[in-house]
Amino acid sequence: MSGENTMTVREALRLALGEELARDERVLVIGEEVGLFEGPYKVTAGLMDRFGEERVRDTPISEEGFVGAAIGAAMGGARPVVEIMTVNFALLAMDQIVNNAAKIHYMFGGEAGCPLVIRTPGGGGNQLTAQHSQSFDAWFAHVPGLKVLSPANPADARGLLKAAIRDDDPVIFLESFPLYNVKGEVDRDDDEIVPIGRAQVVREGSALTIVAHSYGVVRALKAAEQLADDHDVAAEVIDLRSLRPLDMETVAASVRKTNRALCVEEGWASYGVTAEVAARIGNACFDHLDAPVERVGAAGVPLPYAKNLERAALPSDRKIVAAAQRVLEGLG
Amino acid sequence: MKSDWTSRRFTDLRAGTLAVMDVSDHDESRLRRLFEVMLLVRAFEPEAERQYKAAKIGGYCHLATGQEATHVGAVGAMRDDDVLIAAYRDHGLALARRVDPEAVMAELFGRVDGCAHGRGGSMHLLDVGRNFFGGWGIVGGHLPVATGLALELTRRDERRAVLCELGDGAVNTGAWHESLNLAALWQLPIVFLVVNNVYGMGTHVERASAQPELYKRAAAYRMHGERVDGDDLLAVVEATERRLAAARDERRPSVLEAMTYRYRGHSVADAGLSYRSKDEIEERRSHDPIDRAADALVERDVLRRAELDELRERAEQRVRDAVEFADASAAPHVESLAEHLYGDAASAEQHARMRLGGPFGEAELLASEASRT
Repeated sequence: MSGENTMTVREALRLALGEELARDERVLVIGEEVGLFEGPYKVTAGLMDRFGEERVRDTPISEEGFVGAAIGAAMGGARPVVEIMTVNFALLAMDQIVNNAAKIHYMFGGEAGCPLVIRTPGGGGNQLTAQHSQSFDAWFAHVPGLKVLSPANPADARGLLKAAIRDDDPVIFLESFPLYNVKGEVDRDDDEIVPIGRAQVVREGSALTIVAHSYGVVRALKAAEQLADDHDVAAEVIDLRSLRPLDMETVAASVRKTNRALCVEEGWASYGVTAEVAARIGNACFDHLDAPVERVGAAGVPLPYAKNLERAALPSDRKIVAAAQRVLEGLG
Repeated sequence: MKSDWTSRRFTDLRAGTLAVMDVSDHDESRLRRLFEVMLLVRAFEPEAERQYKAAKIGGYCHLATGQEATHVGAVGAMRDDDVLIAAYRDHGLALARRVDPEAVMAELFGRVDGCAHGRGGSMHLLDVGRNFFGGWGIVGGHLPVATGLALELTRRDERRAVLCELGDGAVNTGAWHESLNLAALWQLPIVFLVVNNVYGMGTHVERASAQPELYKRAAAYRMHGERVDGDDLLAVVEATERRLAAARDERRPSVLEAMTYRYRGHSVADAGLSYRSKDEIEERRSHDPIDRAADALVERDVLRRAELDELRERAEQRVRDAVEFADASAAPHVESLAEHLYGDAASAEQHARMRLGGPFGEAELLASEASRT
């Protein structure tokens, strides 16, 4: 284990940004507090010093304005990486994201493009309450014309962010507050990108398949550990990594092996990413299922402040273990 | 309530015009060419309405009849390498940018030879080769995009400017304020051309804007603002040239408000009479921008009055040719439905594993896209 290659998701993202800024002069970083302040979550620390104020550009609090400006710059030939401080504030820019970025290539008949990345962290768990604890993964993944990525470890954070920056289409790059400090191995010498649209089996098993993404993967792996230790159950865990395009081949191959599936997400499960994945599993694996597909996500309430209420609203490894037991018992 | 507003006498919004006409440095052939484009727009729009009523054109269809001096004068003041971006009343702007009338009409017809290959329609004309980055359909939504295009010009350190056309209705959106702030803060080479045709759909500018002298809003961002008689071709050319030069050479953004009027309704589906009177429309028609341009050009010996009929006929023939072309152009193949959804060459490969278990028909759709990429 090389210490230099062990890093947090935050450091891996910073590494990728620095590498891509150095590799391609068209790459820009734009957002609130990304420069002098070194990033609200310090992802962009040091980048303004290295690349200057023009390429690492602080903006006013003006989400619709600077997201739209990044879209225009992308149409003109730049490759902007926008940081929206938290996904909750992305709602202020939804017109730009959905009506403009996602539409440009199609609506203009392929005559114009929008090579843009929007990085934005979401999720709950720090008592930040209703307006600052949300996950809108499904909102973005719902929109044709966008690509939506959500890494769950440092290597994927770096590799997928590089893939996003090099891609010619608008990419929503979903980060997660609790993931920023998660550590893992990253091979600095390896410049390989992680391909878009490819899920990964992150733990092999035979008893059931747990499908997750982003911080849900961390929870799912903990749950799988408990299932193994306490219940002698070998759960397979799949990290989707990419929500649009979605790698159903990897999911279906696993479910056809385990015959049982549980889908996990940080956001509200109703009409969520898990709803989409479960529907596709139902279609693709109908003959292989020994139990109804189960889902775990946030409870259908705004996130409350009180610690115990917040804990009750969010998914957890315990809830995943309980849901897995239901699937294993085959109860509908 | 409605009658109160329609009967109320509004202040003359054309008062306060600041631009001083100076045509000494406009060569004659250029003025003639712009006049001919005005005639082309004047011939094109009624034909678009006829074709709409004949069901050859669908969707929304916003006509610019009456606004020719503003559209043609402002775009005519641009250099070829300046960038144009516009809202959805964009036929006249596209024609002024010298997009082929054939490509415009074919787009309205939804055909493969349209400038957006039948994906965009009336509101989303474009011609990137002519630095026309599109007509956009959400009021105010293209203003941030325009600032980004200007930002990209500065990143390349190029002496070019963006002309961003918008309507009087857009100035009350948040995007307007955010965009003006960014443009001024970052000293972007951009001119926000506010085409004030008095009504945002059916809402008079004084019913919508607390400060109806819209150019004055630039002051809130320490930006230059001015108003020009948008029905005076030469004045529009002069003012736009001056503001584009300030943007290009000094990176000074500005707001240029062109006072004009649309004779037709908001779109072809609007008779345009519930919120304004016939007398008002007739009064505006009595000083028509094309008549005024003709008078000005005749006075300068750029044009002979005897030529007018021939020029009009030539414009109408051009439009007839465009209709013939559009009619002969093929509709897009249904199999191409998903084509152009993404631009990256790897997109089909990225989507290859998404087909399984998807909604009915989606796999076939993605497969057809993959086979084309």
